[in-house]
Amino acid sequence: MKDEGLNLIHILLLFSSLSLLSIGGGNTVIPEMQHKSVGAYGWLTDKQFADVFAISQAAPGPSVLLVTIIGYKAAGLLGALLATVAMILPAAALVFLVSRMWNRAADSPLRHAIERGFAPLTVGLVLASGYVMSHAADHDWRAYILTGVCTVICTSTKTNPLFVVGGASLVGWLGWI
Amino acid sequence: MIPTSTTSSVPEPSLAELAWTFNHIALASFGGGLSAWSREVVVVEKKWMSDEEFLSALTMCRILPGANQINMAVFVGSKFRGMAGACAACFGLTFMPVVIVLAMSVAYFKFNDVPAMQNTLKGAAAGAVALTFSMAIKTGRKCLTGVIPALLLVATFVMNGVLHWPLFGVLAIVAPPALLWAWPKGART
Repeated sequence: MKDEGLNLIHILLLFSSLSLLSIGGGNTVIPEMQHKSVGAYGWLTDKQFADVFAISQAAPGPSVLLVTIIGYKAAGLLGALLATVAMILPAAALVFLVSRMWNRAADSPLRHAIERGFAPLTVGLVLASGYVMSHAADHDWRAYILTGVCTVICTSTKTNPLFVVGGASLVGWLGWI
Repeated sequence: MIPTSTTSSVPEPSLAELAWTFNHIALASFGGGLSAWSREVVVVEKKWMSDEEFLSALTMCRILPGANQINMAVFVGSKFRGMAGACAACFGLTFMPVVIVLAMSVAYFKFNDVPAMQNTLKGAAAGAVALTFSMAIKTGRKCLTGVIPALLLVATFVMNGVLHWPLFGVLAIVAPPALLWAWPKGART
């Protein structure tokens, strides 16, 4: 494993730059991530990349933890930790600075306009991501019915969402969808 | 203590509570729907933010580079406890998921197969999509106060969700009229 030192440097450079390029969320840099880690560095095969992508989507927590798995494959545990920190820290530092300015500007008209004006835009974006998710997760008609029923339960009752997702998982586990 | 306009009547969370809460959000979100979970906990359960504050922060977190939910954790953490709060929330959100993802990938590279949970995850994903839709319905009810916000909402959904236009292009079109509509009356730039 004489390449591990070099791999660590590549991990640091690749993911810290992708961190700042991931405008709009971690998923926007996945093509570049695949290109570099499969094509340029040969850390994983195409099939492995697709599989670990699926793992990172299904696992709890932010899906950007895909980089943790890539780092692990490239350089073991140290690589996993380095990739995670490199992917998170630069962007988080930037967001921290913005949030400081935001909290100081509590009474500015611009902040009021953004809070009120962006609300309908954000709801539109959330609706769009639900729509895209339901198309991506190879939904057939049974899954759409399950989604519909769960949506009604979540919207019109005070059921703990954990029961709803847990119940839906159970339906899936039983092979009904 | 003099309450200011930004802080609500809820007591400010400690660092441990921030980390614990975001850990709870992360673990609940298997199958996806992290945004909906964040709102459920941050707005509904803990009342750390109003819906409006949460939604605008969410859009800014989408515009800025970085994973949206990590950005949201930084935003909420720094609101209450500055840099230490941001680190605590971020640590809470990522620590257990990193451990889980590592365990899953060790298993994957050993057995060369995704752990046999496909059906369960399919069900969980259907539930997570439902959670996301119900968040859109619940928050939509509050902000649909007239024709203009309704038009803005539908336009954003169609351009981003149906036509798959990139986020920046969509916002370049809808943000200016949204800000114009929402600008506080009587205020000057």
